[in-house]
This record gives sequence, C-alpha cells and structure tokens, in this order.
Amino acid sequence: MNPQPDMPSAAGLLYYRARSLPPIHGTQMKKTAESAWPGEVHALLKEAGIRQVAIVPDAGHARLIKLCEKDKSMRVVRLTAEEEGVALLAGAWLGGEKGVLLMQSSGVGNCINMLTLPIACQFPLLMLVTMRGDFGEFNPAQIPMGNATQAVLEALGVIVKRADAAKDVTEMVSGALRLAFNTYRPVALLIGQRVLGAKDFRKLTESVPQ
Amino acid sequence: MSKLLQRREVVEELLAERGNLLVIAGLGAPAWDITHAGDQDLNFPLWGAMGGAAMIGLGVALAQPKRKVLVLTGDGEMLMGLGALATIAVQKPRNLYIVVLDNERYGETGMQETHTAHGVDLAGMAKAAGFAQTLRVNTRAGVSRLKNLIHSGRSALFAQVKVDAERLPLVLPPREGSLLKNRFRAALLGPDAVHQ
Repeated sequence: MNPQPDMPSAAGLLYYRARSLPPIHGTQMKKTAESAWPGEVHALLKEAGIRQVAIVPDAGHARLIKLCEKDKSMRVVRLTAEEEGVALLAGAWLGGEKGVLLMQSSGVGNCINMLTLPIACQFPLLMLVTMRGDFGEFNPAQIPMGNATQAVLEALGVIVKRADAAKDVTEMVSGALRLAFNTYRPVALLIGQRVLGAKDFRKLTESVPQ
Repeated sequence: MSKLLQRREVVEELLAERGNLLVIAGLGAPAWDITHAGDQDLNFPLWGAMGGAAMIGLGVALAQPKRKVLVLTGDGEMLMGLGALATIAVQKPRNLYIVVLDNERYGETGMQETHTAHGVDLAGMAKAAGFAQTLRVNTRAGVSRLKNLIHSGRSALFAQVKVDAERLPLVLPPREGSLLKNRFRAALLGPDAVHQ
C-alpha cells in the first residue's frame, strides 16, 4: 500500500510548492528586463572612469555585466570569491585606477575580513550588491545572509545605502560612487530584491533558463 | 644535503637593483623581509588582509601594464587565497610575478605547520591554473634565475621558494594604512595623486 499515492517527484514538489503561492504583483522578471537602470549605471560608471569591474555574477547584475564586457574601456575580472574583488580594487587604486565590485548579497559574507583592508587604509571601494534573502524570497538558504547583509557591513564601518525601486537605482549609484571616491571609503549600495524581481521558480520549473 | 635558503638573503637578492619594481608583501614575515631589505615608497607591506596579497598585485598590474609588479608572500597567506591563482591565470597579466617564500609554517602564530609541510604543491597548483611560468626554487642559483625571470618578465610567473623556518628579529614597516597607500601612489603616480 502506498500511503501517499499523490506524492510528486522532487522536481514536481518544487513546482507544487512554488505554485502554491501567487506571484508577487509588480515584481515579474519581465518588468526587470525592461528597466533602464543597467544601461544608465553602465554609462555612469564609464563617465566616472571605472576601469576594473570585479564580478561574481548574479542574475540581478546580468545586464550590467554584459554591458561592461562589451565596453573596451573596462576590464571585467571574474573572481572565484568576492573577497578577491576587495583586494583587487585596493590594488587598482594603488595603481591609479578606479573599479567597482558587483556581487550578490550572499557574497558579502565572503568579504568580511578582506574589508578591513579598505577600512584600515581608507581605500575607496564601490560595491553594488544585488539582494537575495530579501523581498519575496523563495529560497530559505538565502535568508540568513540576506537578512544580515546590511548589519554586517555596518558593523564593520562600511557605508551602506539602499535602492528599493528601479527608478532610484541610477541616482543611488551616483551618490554611492561619489561617497566612495570623494571620501576614500568602502561604500555598498544594496539593490533590493523588490527592484530585481523575486525569482519566479514556477517559470524555472517550466523551462530551461536562457 | 644542501642547506635551506635563508628568506632574507632571497628577498635581498630579488630586490637588489630593483629599479622601479612595484612590491606588495603579504602580512607577517614577507612584510618584515622587504622592510629589512630597505623600506621605500614603492613597497606596500600588508598588516592584515590575509589571502589578498596576490589579488592586490593583480589590481596594480592591470592598472599599470608597463610596470612590473612583484608580490612576495608566505605559504600560509597564499593558501588562504588559492582562488586568486585561477583568477590571475585567466587575466594573464604579463607584468605580475608572485613569489611565495615557503617555510612550511605559520610563522607569526607559533610556527605551526602549513599544508605545504604535508606535500601541497603550490607551484603545481599555479601551473594547473594556467600560469605561463611556474617554478620551484631551493638553491642560490635558482634565486638568481628567478630574479632574471622577473626583470626580463614577459608573462605571469609563480615561484615557490623553499626557505628555512628561521625565527628572525622583526623589522617593522610603518603601520598606518593611509600613509602606506599614499606614499605608494605619490611615488608611482606623482604628488598630485593624493589629491585625486
């Protein structure tokens, strides 16, 4: 006798659970794709003379990363872990170049001790952090770091700003950029999951993401 | 049996007639070693940031493609940032040379053994990552060859130099991070750099 005749497969279970909640209104991935901020932020970084773009990819940064990769004035450095980017950009500044570190909030946890370098030496450091474990999160494993990201950065003395609407991102990047490079400090701009769209696992179970 | 290399003799030789070589030193003994060889503005000795020396070197090397950048660090420091070997190998900087002074010990914390004391092959890892030049050095002749490779360098290099686990008097560089940063930038980029 099978006590649970309708028990779905593991993949089916993911589908079932994702399906059990309605989509969050106004945060569809499609809307994110139409948002203008990645192009505007790329133009802003270019205008500010950003040359080294250190990345551990996140879906929320995908378009900005593509724009930087196409830009011959920028060098994209793919990292194995985010703390490498903190060290890289200290070196960039020593050598007379500006950079930016693009990462997901989970990567902030990987940076903690290395952030003592820009803090102790007053290196400018611009970090654009796309949030997980934030608005509308599906994955429980993302919650602890996402929830702690701002507190952990601030405990170290990193200046933290947040953008929670797509229309605010460009202006907030502009402000963070100035704070970092005019006042010689590490600055993190957290780009909220509300801007990026809560990951829609329903769609992911229906098709292979491109 | 050949005598183990003495780390300060190795560093003195590598830094003699260094020209305008830019030098980053990992925390602990390598920072004391470069200071022993002569503290100067184009030295950036680390007091922390363990695991970051090679990546700092990469940032400088990419920013200054016409200058040679030497990272001198320890085996413990390098082991903490092994991912950097992959990251640097992908970037293929022609002007970045990483020299690990491998005494198989964590020197500052009581000479505990590191992984290299148990057979981990750092030069082999760098080679597998894709460094164009990798070498193991354990003789004076090897140090001279390494020096020539650095000064005539045309591609990224990683060297693992086996050195004696001596206990040496500390020779401390300045400790203030802003000073170390600003003197390096002023010497490299000109006095206006500190106003940028």
